[in-house]
Amino acid sequence: MKYVDEFRNPELIKKTAEEIKSLVGDSRFRVMEVCGGHTHAIYRFGLEQLLPDGIELIHGPGCPVCILPMDRVDEGLAIARAPDVVLTVYGDMMRVPGYEGSPLEMKAKGLDIRMVYSPLDALKIAGAHPDKSVVFFAIGFETTAPATALTVLQAKEMGLTNFSVFVNHVTVIPPMRAVLDDPDMKIDGFVGPGHVATVIGAGGYEEIARDYKKPVIVSGFEPLDILQSLLMLVKQLKTGEARVENQYDRVVSWDANPTAREVLARVFELREDFEWRGLGSIAASAVKLTEEFKDFDAEVKYATLLARHRSERDGDGSLNRERHDDAPCGKVLKGLMKPHQCALFGRECTPERPVGALMVSSEGSCAAYFNYVGEKNKIG
Amino acid sequence: MCLAIPGKIEEFVDRDRHFARADISGVKRQINVDLIKEQGLQEGDWVLIHVGFAMGKISEEQALEQLEALAILGEAAQSRAEAEGYMFEVESE
Repeated sequence: MKYVDEFRNPELIKKTAEEIKSLVGDSRFRVMEVCGGHTHAIYRFGLEQLLPDGIELIHGPGCPVCILPMDRVDEGLAIARAPDVVLTVYGDMMRVPGYEGSPLEMKAKGLDIRMVYSPLDALKIAGAHPDKSVVFFAIGFETTAPATALTVLQAKEMGLTNFSVFVNHVTVIPPMRAVLDDPDMKIDGFVGPGHVATVIGAGGYEEIARDYKKPVIVSGFEPLDILQSLLMLVKQLKTGEARVENQYDRVVSWDANPTAREVLARVFELREDFEWRGLGSIAASAVKLTEEFKDFDAEVKYATLLARHRSERDGDGSLNRERHDDAPCGKVLKGLMKPHQCALFGRECTPERPVGALMVSSEGSCAAYFNYVGEKNKIG
Repeated sequence: MCLAIPGKIEEFVDRDRHFARADISGVKRQINVDLIKEQGLQEGDWVLIHVGFAMGKISEEQALEQLEALAILGEAAQSRAEAEGYMFEVESE
């Protein structure tokens, strides 16, 4: 084991891994870690090497840029082409390819696209440039949605008219349900996203345990956290239990964050459905701004432009989606294929020149494989 | 984006609008603390920060563990760059 001695509590890590192994025995469990941060940590720490063969880890749809359809990237870039627009995006978004290129490539071609680390930075740019129309390309699960919501509230308070948000916020429970509803997927339990749970509370996952009889362990991100969570999960699976347990209780409480819940409910409402890369359309799985905040909704502000863009895109059928649809990102996202089993992996598709978004973010399973799983040491 | 950066609250800059200055791995930046206003936040407390917003209060021990985890994950430099990138500072009261 390469890294284990570098960790805090190496003895406890070894002991936990041993305990998992003896408890799993001859059983076979398919466990999905939903969050891309967990995927990254599992590969960086080489945790799969500590686990028995009976545990198969499936990397779930919890990486916001990985599940964003390319059409949405293109729509954001279409807005960026409008006169006087400054499009602000998180760093994770810069290299995400749309059909027409990535934000980074479009910036190189002269569009005013700026990387920000916080939605408040986008607001600051809007305040400083009243002659520009500043659009924030919002992505993320419940972890980042409250930040966007509070920023929109501030924009309203400040009376800004040159700030809007292209909202792509998604919610974590509907894709978990979609994965469980898919007959191809056989998941026995989940390692639940830890930081999403700072917003929705560990209790937010209860409906999964209740409705599907699948255990969910809300987990931290350190090696010992992840192993302890897997041990808790295996204990439940062995006894046929299906509860939500909170391994990350030093950070996550059982109940939702009251302020976050309040601002989310005021600023956002559920979309009827939203397209997920690899998973298809999922009902009530994303949000948009409520009527009260429609002046800050880039999809309202640029409705005509977006309608034209969509009709040109879909109209003559000339857009070649094939190359990208052939990239089996969806199969990888659903755990039906391991990253290195893709023909494009490491050849046409690399972190420097990603074809699919799973190769872009450090939280994408393809990038994690590429960076940490050597050619000679392919897992799975 | 799933990882959070620990920071130590140094001073409240604007209590009404919930801005505080934090020390984030030696980088001093303002962050928004609205989301944890009900947790009785005080100067000297450690918080986990996402995209400029404090998401939860943690102990000093947990903060140091999280910093170590970020370092092992190879995310320490990126976290520092994120903190350095926050530029939304508001005027002091």
